Amino acid sequence: MPDGLAARADPHGHAPASATGSGAAGHHPALQHHFQTLEQQHEVATLGMWVFLVTEVMFFGGLLMAYLLYRVWYPAAWSEGSLELDIRLGAFNTVVLIGSSLTMAFAVRSAQTGAQRATVRWLIVTMILGLTFLVVKYFEYKHKWDLNHIPGANFQFEGPHAHQVEIFLSLYFGLTGLHALHMIIGVSILAVITWMASRGRFSPQWNTPVEISGLYWHFVDIVWIFLFPLLYLVDRAHQLG
Amino acid sequence: MTTTVLPRVTYLNVRHGLASWLLTKDHKRIGIMYLIVVSLAFFLGAIFAAGVRIELTTPQGDFVSADTYNRMFTMHGVFMVFFVLIPVVPAILGNFVMPLMIGAKDVAFPKLNLLSWYVFVLGFSLALVALLSGGVDTGWTFYTPYSSNVSNSNVALVGVAVFITGFSSILTGLNFMVTIHRMRAPGMTWFRLPLFVWALYATSLVMILATPVIAITAGMLALERVFGFGIFDPRLGGDPVLFQHLFWFYSHPAVYIMILPPMGVISEVIACFSRKNVFGYSFVAFSSLAIAIFGFLVWAHHLFVAGISPYSAMVFSFLSFAVAIPSAVKTFNWTATLYQGAIWWRAPLIWVFGFLGLFLVGGLTGLFLASLGLDVHLHDTYFVVAHFHYIMVGGAIMGYFAGLHYWWPKITGRMYSDSLAMLSALLVFVGFNLTFFPQFILGYLGMPRRYHAYSAEFQVLNVLSSAGASILAVGYGLIAVYLLYSLWRGEEAGANPWLATGLEWKTESPPIPENFPETPIVNEGAYEYSKREIKVA
Ligand SMILES: [Cu+2]
Repeated sequence: MPDGLAARADPHGHAPASATGSGAAGHHPALQHHFQTLEQQHEVATLGMWVFLVTEVMFFGGLLMAYLLYRVWYPAAWSEGSLELDIRLGAFNTVVLIGSSLTMAFAVRSAQTGAQRATVRWLIVTMILGLTFLVVKYFEYKHKWDLNHIPGANFQFEGPHAHQVEIFLSLYFGLTGLHALHMIIGVSILAVITWMASRGRFSPQWNTPVEISGLYWHFVDIVWIFLFPLLYLVDRAHQLG
Repeated sequence: MTTTVLPRVTYLNVRHGLASWLLTKDHKRIGIMYLIVVSLAFFLGAIFAAGVRIELTTPQGDFVSADTYNRMFTMHGVFMVFFVLIPVVPAILGNFVMPLMIGAKDVAFPKLNLLSWYVFVLGFSLALVALLSGGVDTGWTFYTPYSSNVSNSNVALVGVAVFITGFSSILTGLNFMVTIHRMRAPGMTWFRLPLFVWALYATSLVMILATPVIAITAGMLALERVFGFGIFDPRLGGDPVLFQHLFWFYSHPAVYIMILPPMGVISEVIACFSRKNVFGYSFVAFSSLAIAIFGFLVWAHHLFVAGISPYSAMVFSFLSFAVAIPSAVKTFNWTATLYQGAIWWRAPLIWVFGFLGLFLVGGLTGLFLASLGLDVHLHDTYFVVAHFHYIMVGGAIMGYFAGLHYWWPKITGRMYSDSLAMLSALLVFVGFNLTFFPQFILGYLGMPRRYHAYSAEFQVLNVLSSAGASILAVGYGLIAVYLLYSLWRGEEAGANPWLATGLEWKTESPPIPENFPETPIVNEGAYEYSKREIKVA
């Protein structure tokens, strides 16, 4: 294994100026000074994003650990709290985000094939879907605010497990708030990438920024795929049955 | 004593002015910028330590009020742990020498590296603001519910500072990991890497996996303080022990963020000054990874008296013992490297000897604390304080100074006074033992930590400890004096004053901005001292 890694980590075997198999030219405008080839630059950026996503898993992991503990301790309160959430809006947002992952994948593919206008178009569609998610989320939060369901001094809740429901809602706002923050960051990144794409910065040889933004975007979607059942679907079968 | 100014372009003189530093992407300059901020934090942390030691010279709480005392030891812990021990070796020495060691022009993400420094400075500034507005009195562990519901000090601000500083550490770990994977020079295979690089790789692993958890935990604490969320609040059915679990899930591995990089330094310095290949290279390399991985499985040894189940306590006790194995592997291999080596008595090696002695005591007393029954007696006493200072100051800071003395000629191009450096190593070693050894006895006799008054029978040992702390202060102060003096009166170091192997010694001192005139090609291991016909005095 170490030798394999060493071999891959050793793209400087080629002289920088010679055109290598990847088609990287010696002085491609996107090549930063401390790299030897575009290929190396691409590998570095991709690995960097994957490592970053691992840190993100641990970051959400702390909150999910708290969720797991209290869900085991207070199943009744979890059921009560979960029924307070609007399953239709949650399901709608889930579809929106899965759709945005699809359009993001189209954007990456377009960038790889050098279809500049399609790249820009798909990126814009992805951003619109992301913003749609955030707007729906805003109305969900607003509704909670109106009902005084925000944890803290003004928290009001009728029910046998009001205290533990407050913990549930603390974790709901913690998790979805952190996720929404990631969505806002994601949309901002896509805005920059869209601008770069519209200026013709990407080509089949160099489209790493689109690709790694895509990785980030898919990750944020996957987080939601976990959050939706964990928060909205705790005891729905019971309700339907 | 030449003061000739060389016309050569180095990373130091390639550009001038404050902006050229504040906007630099050069890993070497960023290392220096960390050196400045971390030294400042060290100075602040030391002042609070001095306050604590002055208070404890008499049994009565007569120097400061109990409340001020709580704030003093908390701010000492916060500054020393988050702003000194965590970044000291990776961010200063790692930033400076790691890319040189692997033959790279820079780290993988130079801009991100600069961003890490700014994030660090932002976190540090927030901690300073918290300090100036009264500080925090919870202890650096911020245990709930005292921190979330009771304390009226500035917990939220320090929580945010820790949250932000965490990202500096995460980004540095990410940067180093990708750099080590993807930026190595041709021929620099994994098993030719210097052991310092292996140690930094293991450290990056811990930074990446553990730091996000303390960040989110500090974030949850801040949510609880500011908005009244109830995640750890026992009034709602929340569990304060959950906070302790999450806190130590980071803070135990954090000890390895502090100690693994100095361990890497020790390997470098020992090989160089015993003129031998490191004994058991791959064992030392893999023991770093083993420590990083085992380190994630022992956190609950801090919770033995917090009401966790006795079965999980037994498992955590056993695993804590297991971590001693890779640490012992390192220590034995270092000793074997020294054995029959051509020992060259220079200051960096003296610091290493200091490290070995103090780390040994710190490590072995860790086993006392990992034993379930004994921990019930020693928990939250001065025994614990002495133990972790032996590891975190005796080990990590001694190792840092070994590395700083070893690479100072490379960083600055100047030699410092070797005899003064040996003297300061001696002062620090003696001062340290005098400060902290009595604390083992105090803890064994039952003196609890974090109290500003104590029973009169403990006074003699406390006075000894405070006396030791003043010697320690002189030792540290002396380092600053001769290192700064060397900057304008030190002899020219030349490219390789220690006749060391390793790529960082193949370029000039101080290095040129792009590190090497052309990408080096590596065709041998990191410590081929025996192949060389180097005669040293
Ligand atoms: Cu521990």
